[in-house]
Parts: sequence; C-alpha cells; structure tokens
Amino acid sequence: MKQSITLDRVTKFMGLGFLITLKSLFTGDLDKEGFRNFLRKVVVPIASIFLFIGLWHMGAKSLYNIEAEYKIEKALTEQGQEAADAMKACIASGDVSCQPNTLPSPAQVWESYKSLLRDHQIISADKAAFAEKTAVINAKRIAEGKDPITYTGRPSFVDQILTSLKTVFAGFLLALVIAVPIGVIIGLSKTLRSSVNWLIQIFKPVSPVVWLLLVFMIVKTMTKDSNSDSAFIISFISVGLCSMWATLVNTAMGVASVDKDYINVAKVLKLGPVQKVFKVILPSSLPLIFTGLRITLSVAWMVLIAIELLAQSPGLGSFVWEEFQNGAIDSNSKIIVAMFVIGGIGFLLDRIMLTIQNTVSFNKTSGI
Amino acid sequence: MAYLELNNVYKTYGQGDHATEVLSNINLSIEEGEFVAIVGFTGSGKTTLVNLINGLLQPTRGEVLFKGLPVLGTSHERGVIFQNYSLLPWLTVGQNIYMAVKEAFPKKSKKELHEIVSEYVAMVNLTPAINKRPKELSGGMRQRVAVARALAMKPEMIIMDEPLGALDALTRGNLQDEILNIWGKEKRTALLITNDVDEGIYMADRIIPLRPGPKATLGPEFKIDIERPRDKTELNDNANFKETRNAIIEYLMDIGNERKSVEQEVYELPDLTPKSFVGHF
Ligand SMILES: Nc1ncnc2c1ncn2[C@@H]1O[C@H](COP(=O)(O)OP(=O)(O)O)[C@@H](O)[C@H]1O
Ligand SMILES: [Mg+2]
Repeated sequence: MKQSITLDRVTKFMGLGFLITLKSLFTGDLDKEGFRNFLRKVVVPIASIFLFIGLWHMGAKSLYNIEAEYKIEKALTEQGQEAADAMKACIASGDVSCQPNTLPSPAQVWESYKSLLRDHQIISADKAAFAEKTAVINAKRIAEGKDPITYTGRPSFVDQILTSLKTVFAGFLLALVIAVPIGVIIGLSKTLRSSVNWLIQIFKPVSPVVWLLLVFMIVKTMTKDSNSDSAFIISFISVGLCSMWATLVNTAMGVASVDKDYINVAKVLKLGPVQKVFKVILPSSLPLIFTGLRITLSVAWMVLIAIELLAQSPGLGSFVWEEFQNGAIDSNSKIIVAMFVIGGIGFLLDRIMLTIQNTVSFNKTSGI
Repeated sequence: MAYLELNNVYKTYGQGDHATEVLSNINLSIEEGEFVAIVGFTGSGKTTLVNLINGLLQPTRGEVLFKGLPVLGTSHERGVIFQNYSLLPWLTVGQNIYMAVKEAFPKKSKKELHEIVSEYVAMVNLTPAINKRPKELSGGMRQRVAVARALAMKPEMIIMDEPLGALDALTRGNLQDEILNIWGKEKRTALLITNDVDEGIYMADRIIPLRPGPKATLGPEFKIDIERPRDKTELNDNANFKETRNAIIEYLMDIGNERKSVEQEVYELPDLTPKSFVGHF
C-alpha cells in the first residue's frame, strides 16, 4: 500500500499520471470513473498515434505516386515509350537507382532507425577494437609525453546525439552561470533594472544565427593559436547566449517581486543584506528562476540543431545537414528519425526540468 | 517619559493627487509593562499604525519615540506578530523560528538555539508539526507559529496585529491565555491590535478605538479595571465588564453611523480623554 502511494506520487509528479491508470487496469481495481480515465489517458492517445502513422503512411504513398508518375511521364516525353516502360519496371522492382525521392513512409523510417542502430554497433565495435589495438602504443606515448592516438572514424548516430547533449548542457550551464547572478543583481535594484532594460529587450529577440556569427567573430580570433575544439566552443556559447534570456528575465522578475511580507520579515528579524538575499529573496524566487531555466533548456535544445548545422560542429544538426546533402536513398528517412529523436529528447529534458521545478516549488503541499 | 510615545503622528500614502492621509494626528503613550489594545474597523489604518511603531514605516509628520529615542527602523526589542502570519513557506516550522532566534541571539550556540526553538514550539503545542511546512498547517497552527516566532526572540515589547483574527474560538481562547501568560510572567509591554472588543477587554489594561480612516485618529481610551488573572466565564457576569463592553461598542457603532451619514466631511473629535469609563458614561 505504502509503495503504491509513493509510485502514485512519483508518476503524478513527473506528469506521467496515466501510468497509474494503466497500473490499476492490471490490478483490477478500476471503477467507472477510472475506466473513463483509462479511455481518455491510454486508449485515445494510442489510437491517435495509430491514426497519425496511418495518415502519414497514406500521405507518403500518394506523394510517392505523384513523384513516380512524374518520373515516368518525363521519361516518356524525353526518351519515348521504351524508356518509360523501363522506368516503370525499375520503380516497381524497388531498385535504388530510380526510386522517387520524397517523404519516406513510416516503415522506411523504422528501417532507417534500425540501420542507424546497426551502424552504431558496427562503429562502436570498430572503436573498441581500435582502442584495444592502440592501448599499448598510447600508454607508451603518454609516458613519453606525446598525445595519444585517437579514433578519427566517422561518428555514429548515437555519438552525434551524445555530442549534441554535451553541447546543450554546456550551453545551458553557461546560461545558468551568466543569467542567474545577473538576474539577481538586476532584480535587486530598480535603477539597474531600468538602465539595462533596453539592452535585454534588444538582445532577447536576436536570432540564433546572428548570435552564432557574433560568437564566431570573437572565438575565431581568440582561439587562433590554440588547437582547441573551436566548433564546439562556438556552438555551446551561441546556444548559451540565445537561451539565457528567459532565465535572466524570470530571475530578475522573481527577485524584484518578492512578497512584501517576506521582506518585512527580513526587516523585523534584522537580517543582513547577504542573509536577506540568500535566506529570503533567493528561496522565494526559486520557482520563477526554475520556470526560466526550463524555458532556457528547451530554447537551447531548439536552437542547438540550427547552430550545429551552421557552425559545422558535430551533433544532430550536422547529422541532419549531411544527410540532406548526401541525398542517399535512405537520407530522407534518416532525417525523419533525427526529427523524432530531437523531439523525444526535447520532451524528456522538459520533463526532467519540470520534475526539478516541482521539487523546489514550495507552493506544493507535498514534496518528495 | 513614557516607554512608547507617538506625538502628532501623520501618515500619508502616495504623492500629489494620489496622496491619502491614512492616519492623522495620532497621540499615544504606553508605559512599560502595560497591555494596550487598539480596536478599529478593517481598513481604518491599524496595520499602518503598527508598522509605524515597529519601524517598518516612517511617519510623514510627527515622531514615534521608543524609550525616548526616535524609531528609525526595526529592532529586536520590538517583536512583531503580523496579521497575515508572514511565515517563510520554504522553511519548516522549526526553521522559521530558528531563523528568528538565531538573529536575536547571535552569541548563543546551535544547541542553545535549538533548545529555545523546541521550548517555544512546545509552548504553542506544535511539537508534532515542527518539521512541517506552513502550507501543511491550518490557519490556526500557522498563527501559533507566528506567535512562537515573535515570542522566542524575547522582545521587550510585543506588537500584535490582529494575531488571532483567523482563528476559531477555542484556539483563540488558548492563545489569548498563552500570550497573557508570557506577558505576565516576563513583564513585557504589549500592544494588541484587534477587531474583537471582547478580546481587548479580556486581555488589555486599556482599550483605545481607532476611528475609521482616511484621516483616522485615536478615540477616547477606556480603562479596564478588572483584576487579573481574568476568568472568561466569570467575565460575562461581571458588571464592570458589561458596562465597558457596551460603552465601547456603542462608541464604535456611533462612529460607524457617523461615517455613513457624513461621508467625506472632516470631523473634529471632542478634545477629551476620560481617565476611566466609570462615571464618564
Ligand atoms: N502601501 C500602501 N499604499 C497605499 N495605501 C495603503 C498602503 N497600505 C495601506 N493602505 C491604505 O491605508 C488604509 C489603511 O490600511 P491598513 O493600515 O492596512 O488598515 P487595517 O489594518 O486597519 O485594516 C487602507 O485604506 C489601505 O488601502
Ligand atoms: Mg490590518
């Protein structure tokens, strides 16, 4: 009993309340209301997924047909009946050389997903073998003070995801480290707030592309004579700068709008300025700060793809771009796989932030 | 020189066209060890008056003197129980009180501080809830935490702004007794703001009505000459109590009606402050 209560709490807390309904379906204690909930929270969403896939499938098929007919028509007008027949046969046979290039069907995307995973397994096996082979030499090289030999093969899809995550977290941390302290300082002083307001209002809507170019100008010069990974530095700084505004504004707002009662308490207790900030102002603005951080993280993830793409830094963005330029038969479906992965990770990140936000929010009657 | 003195105090909120004079020509003096209650309608400026005395607000004109010195800010010598509890919601009951005690007694060790916290939490019967957060408590429990927090700092004077307003009758009675207990035992000075005449009569040495604002002034004071410790049930049969109660309520009703009939007109109060209600009415 106790355990199920905590399960209920945890899942509700993370916004995954439907799991509870699912659980009670199996344990059998589902009343009428519960059954309606089950329909609403489990059956309907699943049905909508199938509907989505069905529509996608049909849409992809009709796009495929349009593209195929056009190809045959073209062969007919340019090269005559024989070529058109050959083209028709070629398309029907599923030959790679003459496939219409259009929106891939769900099945193709699923295939590509599996092939990407296989690809990852091959590459990681390759990597492991490489590491084994070079282990002795590398140990020697390190002992001699030389740089170890590193694997320089193509990164797999999973590697790209990890790189993107690394970049987004670096950018997020940068945003946090810049925006929270500045937000607190701005929030504390009305004068400061009105004097930097124009700056925030101007920089907030600036497009990620412009930030990237700005960061590029600066970082390019600053890393001229070091061999550090400037693409990574450029992209994570750009991500941080693009995404930090929500946190900055929310922190400043939270600090500026601390309940007058709490300030009065601080005054009556005669807290010093530092104590006042850390014991009253910060805790009371934590919920708003975390709301800001949550927005920041989702903005960071959203702009990351575009920035990676432009900065030529490894990650999901460049994966998408390379596949697009590649134009191989399964490129389109790989791009769609990337799209789902990007969306899924974005959703997960948001859930994590929501969970943290709920934990620090003192307005909740029950914390975990 | 009285312990606390307000001389010709005016308080105006806002500037220019938006200025409203909430308090007008307030004169009040409280002796050391006295228990004074101020009764008044909601919105008459009671909280404003309290904040002038505890140092959260400065008068627009006039002076507030505490032990002969002007009140320029808050002080640990004057403890405050706020009308709306003002507990910090991210701290537990114990932490809320600990924070206050730590500021009041910076030289005491952690252990001593925790002892004080436990003592006062026990005093308001909240030991089982010491690790709960304010959101998990009922209004009455929160108010008791606020009382414990103010008293644990051992202020010389305690200023209470409708401290028991939100409580049910039973809890209210208990807390009244607890406050009286501490006031009597440690001979503090107390100022109680209330909208409950019975509460004022039960607890205070003097009751002063605050006339409705804007431009609220203090009315004539009513001395309560009833022996302490007072007994609630006996009080109801006490002729003295009945007479005082009726007199105060009549006075409040009168100014209430006055206010309705002469909405915006400035009213001059008769310049008399009866020393005792007996004989005057
Ligand atoms: N900070 C403020 N600014 C402007 N007006 C205020 C402010 N605080 C209180 N008032 C006004 O002053 C009057 C008295 O308020 P208050 O002292 O809270 O009354 P009470 O405590 O008796 O209910 C009210 O009309 C209220 O609207
Ligand atoms: Mg009030």
